[in-house]
Amino acid sequence: MTTQQKPILPERVFDFDSLVHEDRVHRSLYTDPAIFDLEMTRIFGAVWVYLAHESQVPQPNDFVRARLGRRPLIVVRDSNGVLRALYNRCTHRGATVCRRDRGSAKAFQCPYHGWTYLNTGKLSGVPWPEGYSCDFSRPEFNLMQVPRVESYRGLIFATLNADAPSLTDYLGPVRRPIDEWLDRHPGGALEVREANRLKFNGNWKLLYDNSADGYHVVFSHRSLLMMENRLQDGDGKGMSYYKDSPDSGPVKLYSFPNAHHFKDKRDAIPKRPGALWAIEGLHPGMEHYEAALRRDFPDRADAFLDLASSEPVNINVFPNLHILGNHIQVSEPLSVTETATTWYGTAVVDPDGELGAALGPVNALRMRTQEQFPTFGEVDDLANFEQIQAGLAAEEDAWIYMHRGLGLPERYSDGGDGTTIGPATDEVFMRDYMRVYRRLMQTEPAIAPTREI
Amino acid sequence: MGAPAQRDPSTSSYYVGDAFYAALVRAFTDWDRDERAIADPARRDAVRAFLEREARLLDRGDYAAWLAMFAPECAYWVPGTPERGDPSREITVAFHDRRQLEDRVYRLGTGYAWSQAPASRTVRSVSNVELFATGDAGIVMVRSNFLIAELLDGELRHWAGWAGHRLETTGDGFSILAKQVNLIDCDRNLRNPSITL
Repeated sequence: MTTQQKPILPERVFDFDSLVHEDRVHRSLYTDPAIFDLEMTRIFGAVWVYLAHESQVPQPNDFVRARLGRRPLIVVRDSNGVLRALYNRCTHRGATVCRRDRGSAKAFQCPYHGWTYLNTGKLSGVPWPEGYSCDFSRPEFNLMQVPRVESYRGLIFATLNADAPSLTDYLGPVRRPIDEWLDRHPGGALEVREANRLKFNGNWKLLYDNSADGYHVVFSHRSLLMMENRLQDGDGKGMSYYKDSPDSGPVKLYSFPNAHHFKDKRDAIPKRPGALWAIEGLHPGMEHYEAALRRDFPDRADAFLDLASSEPVNINVFPNLHILGNHIQVSEPLSVTETATTWYGTAVVDPDGELGAALGPVNALRMRTQEQFPTFGEVDDLANFEQIQAGLAAEEDAWIYMHRGLGLPERYSDGGDGTTIGPATDEVFMRDYMRVYRRLMQTEPAIAPTREI
Repeated sequence: MGAPAQRDPSTSSYYVGDAFYAALVRAFTDWDRDERAIADPARRDAVRAFLEREARLLDRGDYAAWLAMFAPECAYWVPGTPERGDPSREITVAFHDRRQLEDRVYRLGTGYAWSQAPASRTVRSVSNVELFATGDAGIVMVRSNFLIAELLDGELRHWAGWAGHRLETTGDGFSILAKQVNLIDCDRNLRNPSITL
């Protein structure tokens, strides 16, 4: 006889070897709330998760709210300039201590009982302390915080996992396209300028499944492609390079270690200044600013216009960061069937004044070029994701296939550093990321939040 | 610069530049003030009828007639923050010129805009219509509240906010120079914001 108490609810054990196969995954990964709950610790608690861009917290005391999985955080540059990710949860009773989305604050006071914390997370005072017998100077009463917060060239990541590799090792070879994306901007610098904020009624992985998917483009975005080319003689605008035979074309898919991947469309664009601008969709101010730049900067206008154009890359950092076009797109799991996806627009900063008077026009164009895809393209993808979620209600039809390219080794080449290079419409990136997912879901991470300052 | 034929705002966008943005931001700054309110019931009725017709055309999906309510060189602006900001410097929920308004309408008509296939059903209510004078006798600013009931994929939901219309008086009525749509949740993550507001 055992005296051991049974848990109130029996703990469910999942066999991820039977849920994740090489060619297919089980629908429950997208529909089961218990798997979602497990993902919040075993995925979002285990790896480096993107939180914010440094331009959102440029000065000491600046903060912006974010989430790590579902954990509510305050990403703050503290009074000493140190980047921190504080739990937005009062140590006392659990209320959020910060309710503004962003701002500047040296301290956060809980509105419920007035416990006050410095922006380092340190508890600085509680009302009527004589009513307590404990020592409030002990770290156990500080705000909890994520122990490891690091910036990679302005991109702020954090991990709860004491055993996670360094951020640079975690990123690995995906750093190359990130570096190239940043370095196309003067000084390698950019800043976030508001966002197209969307959400959908579907699981967060639907978005990651799509992130390097070249297979859907001409179907899911058919109306966008038609719209972009409605005033043209040919169909050269936008992502038309996916038409005809995309797998024998110049678009390449890079599947990296740690579930990151990269769809490189740059070789579909001729290598000359102005070529990127030439395929840019029609947008407000296009002709006005182009004429002004050509008049004022006859030798450099093409390069400036390319800087206003959408960079043809999809760089995906598992589990929640997507750099595409000029966007920093961040996804946030809200529940097993609800996901937010925020398309932060970026502006050229030009710290050394290389652009001179062209900076304003370039950014004025760039705001409009960036709104095009979320407004007329992403909404259709998100509608399709919602319809996947609806279709997955069919219990008996349990599998989702991701086997495009499987068994056809001639489609791939070895890119070194654990990288596989495949053709534009291949699903190898899904199989690779699901292998990482399966391993993570079978491992309990060393989650180690801290209250030490 | 282009010849007049190239300046057709349905096929090119020469009119949207720094001066246009600055004038637009100025026009929508500090305008809905009591001392500028126009009390004339006849004028208010005429504007109210104009806005109600706009709502009806959008509910019916009669986009050609709706587009005809706009001036040739116009703006449709859905700010991404309650402060509204400067669209030349920041991302908006939507900022369209004449050509992109026509793009929007064209896309919905392709039948392949999956976010609107099948198209949402909408019913719009317009209320609290107030008129405000500008420095130009031929231009009036209008503030109104809206509530849109939308049936999307079998589910009923709502959009709420207020609109600012910058209207030019024409021979037989009004023409929309600019429409600013202020969603109360403009800076939240929006699910399928694909209907025309």
